[in-house]
Amino acid sequence: MLWNLFLTFFRIGAFTFGGGYAMISVIENICVEKKHWITHEDLVNVTVIAESTPGPVAINCATFVGYKQKGLLGSIAATLGVVLPSFIIIWAISMFLERFLEIAWVASAFRGVRVAVGLLILDVGIRMAKKMPKEPIRIILLIAALVLMVLINLLNWKISTIVLLLCAAAVSLIVFLFHERKGGEQA
Amino acid sequence: MIYLELLIGFLKVGLFSFGGAYAAIPLIREVVLSYGWVSEEMLIDMIAVSESTPGPIMVNLATYVGTRQAGIPGAIIATLASILPAFVIILLIMAVMKRTVNNKYAQAVMRGLQSCVIGVITAVGVHMLYKNAVLPLTAAEADWRPLALAIVLAVIYFGSRKIKALKKGISPILLIGISAVLGVLVF
Repeated sequence: MLWNLFLTFFRIGAFTFGGGYAMISVIENICVEKKHWITHEDLVNVTVIAESTPGPVAINCATFVGYKQKGLLGSIAATLGVVLPSFIIIWAISMFLERFLEIAWVASAFRGVRVAVGLLILDVGIRMAKKMPKEPIRIILLIAALVLMVLINLLNWKISTIVLLLCAAAVSLIVFLFHERKGGEQA
Repeated sequence: MIYLELLIGFLKVGLFSFGGAYAAIPLIREVVLSYGWVSEEMLIDMIAVSESTPGPIMVNLATYVGTRQAGIPGAIIATLASILPAFVIILLIMAVMKRTVNNKYAQAVMRGLQSCVIGVITAVGVHMLYKNAVLPLTAAEADWRPLALAIVLAVIYFGSRKIKALKKGISPILLIGISAVLGVLVF
């Protein structure tokens, strides 16, 4: 069973291009429909959990399915399995990537690619902002983080993103506690 | 001690990478730049490489930086460090299942984190575009080609979503391919 988990997730890890959400559809196909390791509801639940916890969705799913099947050892087997293919590929690429990038036309190609990557990241940010529930506290925190981060990058301030994240979490919690208290007094 | 630095650096990355693969990029960027592990250009090139290979970007970057800094042991340490927080957190959540996730205080904290992450990602996208497309204009010999390329790519990428036959528009990988071809032609 451990070997089976490892191999299955190795295959999922090797053939899923295009990020975590593409992987979920493959996991649905293999782990829910073919192998009946977890139910569809399980998978939806773990996706929701994955969105609100750190780490890539694919890793979270592998850990979850592995644990359900075979406890701690199962979760280790599945997680290592899903990571190993990309590990091997990137390790092989890293041997020659820098020399490859020195070739003139490759360097030109990557100058173009850098512009595209900037666009892609900006697009992810905008799409996430659109999907976000439009509560005032969220909008204020988003804009504050955006402005601060642009300034940090532009002016080379030595403020860590982690500090921004922790401050945002603290502000959100304090605002919530404040509202809850006010609500309590009124009632 | 490079192994310890890789371990701590990528544990930080793994622990604070909320909201999917791209959400981790600002933090990865900050960590790898502060340790001087890779240049900003190399980092962006790696993001492009990650887009066209399987596996989460965060894990790919960890493997790449680990390999370049300290060979296979470095790659293993960095990769495991980047996934360990996600792994442990999912196990913890399964142990206390959903009670934590549905807790109203935990939700208030999550609201703050999510909003902040979206702001930070958007800012990083803005910064990357500024650096690779706008900044060349201010050089001694103003170079308008990157900005023109950015505009063309934006029109292609966002415009393709308006075409019904393409449904969701062209994929990120296709955009990177187009940008590489245009890069070779233009630069």
